[in-house]
Amino acid sequence: MSIKTYKEATWEAMKEEMLRDPSVYAMAEDIIGNGGSMGHYIGLGQAVGDENRVLDAPISETAIVASAVGAALAGMRPVIDMRFSNCLPVCMDELTNQAAKSRYMFGGQGKVHMVVRCPDGIMKMQGAHHTDCLEAWFAHVPGLQVVIPSSPAEGKGLLKSAIRNDNPVIFFEHKTLFKMEGEVPEEEYTIPIGKARVARDGKDVSIIVYGVMVSRALEAAKVLEQEGVSAEVIDLRTVSPWDKETVLASVRKTGRVVVAHEAVRQCGFGAELSATIGEEAFASLKTPVVRIGAPFVPIPMSPHLEDMCRTLPKDIISAVKRVLS
Amino acid sequence: MEKIVYSKEQARELYEKMATIRYFEACIKHDSLAGEIPGFVHLYIGEEAIATGVCAALRQDDMIESTHRGHGHCIAKGADVNRMMAEIYGKETGLCQGRGGSMHIADFSIGMLGANGVVGGGYNLAAGAALANKAVLKNDKVSVVFFGDGASNRGTFHEAMNVASAWKLPVIFVNEMNCWASTTPYRATCNVENISDRAKGYHIPGVIVDGQDVFAVYEAAKAAVERARSGEGPTLIEAKTYRIEGHFVGDPELYRKKEETLKIFQDTDPLRIFRQKKILPDAECNEIEARCEEAIRKAKEYALSCSYPDAESFMKYVYVD
Amino acid sequence: MFTKEELLSYYTTMVQIRQFDLEAKRAREAGEILGNVHVYVGEEAIATGVCACLNTTDYIESTHRGHGHTIAKGAQLKPMMAELYGKATGSCHGKGGSQHIADFKVGMLGANGIVGGGFGLAVGAALAARYQKTGAISVVFFGDGASNRGTFHEAANMAAAWRLPVIFVCENNGIACSTPHSTGGQQAVVDLSKRALGYGMESYVVDGNDFFSVYGAMKRLVKRARGGEGNCCGFLECQTHRPFGHIVGDVQRYRDPTQAKAQWEADDCIKNFERRCITAGWLEPQDFEAVQRAVSETIEQARQFAIDSPYPDKSQLFTDLYD
Repeated sequence: MSIKTYKEATWEAMKEEMLRDPSVYAMAEDIIGNGGSMGHYIGLGQAVGDENRVLDAPISETAIVASAVGAALAGMRPVIDMRFSNCLPVCMDELTNQAAKSRYMFGGQGKVHMVVRCPDGIMKMQGAHHTDCLEAWFAHVPGLQVVIPSSPAEGKGLLKSAIRNDNPVIFFEHKTLFKMEGEVPEEEYTIPIGKARVARDGKDVSIIVYGVMVSRALEAAKVLEQEGVSAEVIDLRTVSPWDKETVLASVRKTGRVVVAHEAVRQCGFGAELSATIGEEAFASLKTPVVRIGAPFVPIPMSPHLEDMCRTLPKDIISAVKRVLS
Repeated sequence: MEKIVYSKEQARELYEKMATIRYFEACIKHDSLAGEIPGFVHLYIGEEAIATGVCAALRQDDMIESTHRGHGHCIAKGADVNRMMAEIYGKETGLCQGRGGSMHIADFSIGMLGANGVVGGGYNLAAGAALANKAVLKNDKVSVVFFGDGASNRGTFHEAMNVASAWKLPVIFVNEMNCWASTTPYRATCNVENISDRAKGYHIPGVIVDGQDVFAVYEAAKAAVERARSGEGPTLIEAKTYRIEGHFVGDPELYRKKEETLKIFQDTDPLRIFRQKKILPDAECNEIEARCEEAIRKAKEYALSCSYPDAESFMKYVYVD
Repeated sequence: MFTKEELLSYYTTMVQIRQFDLEAKRAREAGEILGNVHVYVGEEAIATGVCACLNTTDYIESTHRGHGHTIAKGAQLKPMMAELYGKATGSCHGKGGSQHIADFKVGMLGANGIVGGGFGLAVGAALAARYQKTGAISVVFFGDGASNRGTFHEAANMAAAWRLPVIFVCENNGIACSTPHSTGGQQAVVDLSKRALGYGMESYVVDGNDFFSVYGAMKRLVKRARGGEGNCCGFLECQTHRPFGHIVGDVQRYRDPTQAKAQWEADDCIKNFERRCITAGWLEPQDFEAVQRAVSETIEQARQFAIDSPYPDKSQLFTDLYD
């Protein structure tokens, strides 16, 4: 183990996968100049010994995604990066009609093995065009997979799996993760897609989260511990497919559930989680599920208004108190 | 074309606009680097002649669509710098009541329909505004959309150019060819030297102009505005310029050398080029600059003195009441 | 110069497309098949001329009006017909249907229900071929209507900037769904190939109803693309007719259907081909008759195959969604 930032860990994942498989290449706007929107590709071409495998794209999001679909159908494994999740709506056709459906519609011909990396979330006063968390949009589309890592080690293992996976994967990475440090194994490893992880054992309440919310939930759990509450934290890792078994097992154990995300609460992925829990584990519930997320508003730029859109440890703590009362 | 003779008054106005943009941006740069303004800010330094020249050819009721690098367009169209500064600071008195910030400034009272955080997001909005004015409201207002060389590779460019030319909409497409698409040199992602060449594919005029010369820009814009107002349809103007600052404040600029950029700035600074024409004496230019500097200092003071929006007003404007 | 064999093979392809689509039209009108069916009748010389210049390993991206491209690229008629019927033996096991036929074995990467959906995919396939060093090139077919999609611009720019071997084949049939060009409502530029100038791309405009013109221009573009000449990309505008409605069942309120059909009949690419071959002394009328008869038989067999085939089993609902 050694301490690495998320940026370093995922950079290594890219490098290792590109060295492992010559069909992997990376394409994004600004991927050369400053090494991507978060500097997470700096020197990648040199590191894999072929600068042609890191392509600096024109500002043409639809062509970036569509060309990845075409290249995948022709046998390559593109990793593209949207710079910010808010570029995704620009190419919804390419993602939802072309990437998601091609193989199915064609009766199993062709595989759309591609990864779409999307830094997302609120950082600091970037305004409404650079901050959305859109995972629920894509979790609603059959044919796509949606992966949302929570730490450097998770990011590396999940990114490697996403690249090797034969399906189109939308890979959301919270912008604040890139500087996060954590222990990363030295040896080769991958993390399976579709398998959640119990990030912290507990018995009184299940906090179900993913992505950046995992560290916030763990922080909340620590505080709750001091108050005598034993909180279990489930890191979903992927929201499509999502690991129902792990979630339901935790719910059956604790009987109380808080679902939290940074995305807008209305129709967020938490709605799917709480509906499923209601359908399949109702008898185990001691109190109704509490689901928290951003208010139904485009993220405002002004700092205090922006703060009201974050889902922070304090919000999780107060949600836990609600389910306990 | 007939040679235009500029009055001292016109020249003063042009210089004052350019200088206002310059000092505004210098202040933003300083404050952003000092951490007083977090978030993204993109500076227009070195490109002042384009917004100034184009907007000088417009009426106040004409409309513009701007970009993420939009402060210059906003000032040139006539926005109040105090309220602009307040917006960038996220204050209640800002043009968007603190909700938009640098990348989303708008001032509908002067026809500034918004900066845009999405590169290439403005084309079709400008075409739509032009359609409304021409076909529905039946007035002679024109729309301008500013965009960079990078944005010209967005599909939205093509769709808007096509529809504007097919329907002869009063839109002027102003390309700020600053040679850099964020961090990528323009020619790395485009096979043609001049964006204006693309006009041929839409059967409309494509004009190249020196974007550092405010008079040249004004004259090109004036011709395009006349064409648009008279119902003949759109024009594509390519203003050649250079992006002096990083893509955003804080950009490490790993992709180019600072000395080269500075050298280009010395040779092409639109304020210096203006002065070289000797239409106004240097002393007068100095006076104008001093006035602008003071106005910007006051704008900052104003922004700092204002309060943040009230938390209770948080959900206001998500929907029309 | 063409050999007799080559000429007969081009002719057979055109007739196969014609008869396949007339049968598809009949079956759709009779309600034997359902769903959206767009026929390629009248445009056969384009797919045939273009694909005659390609290898099996080259790629094509097709449109909603894609049967002709698929046949010309070498797909089998039986699974194609079965696909229209939604049968398990179809090219896509019945999951795609008319608008989503694909046949990867012959480099046909799919018809597309989204107008203008194929441009970027073709660029990607060409990029893949470059990485894989297969020497394959990529062709995207699209209509005049689709040329106004932003996806065209992004793909054309990317292909030209990166010198990728992509050929953009515009089937300009003068009408986008229900909107004719003559109204000026679709685009100001009459000559769509002018758009190639904006990307520094080699371009040709040809009579799309003349197989030989299409073939000749395509041959030159393919040579550039394969040989790495210039920026490799090309743009081929083929001017043609759409004798029938946008879709089978379209009552064509927007034009006089008899006039549209008459215009085509006077300039039918198959008749043009026959005339040219006879005038030049390359083929005899009985050659054509023999082909027509043989193709009729093949189409009848394909129809019977489709009818006799089973529908996919319910257990197939989720197959091929994920791996």
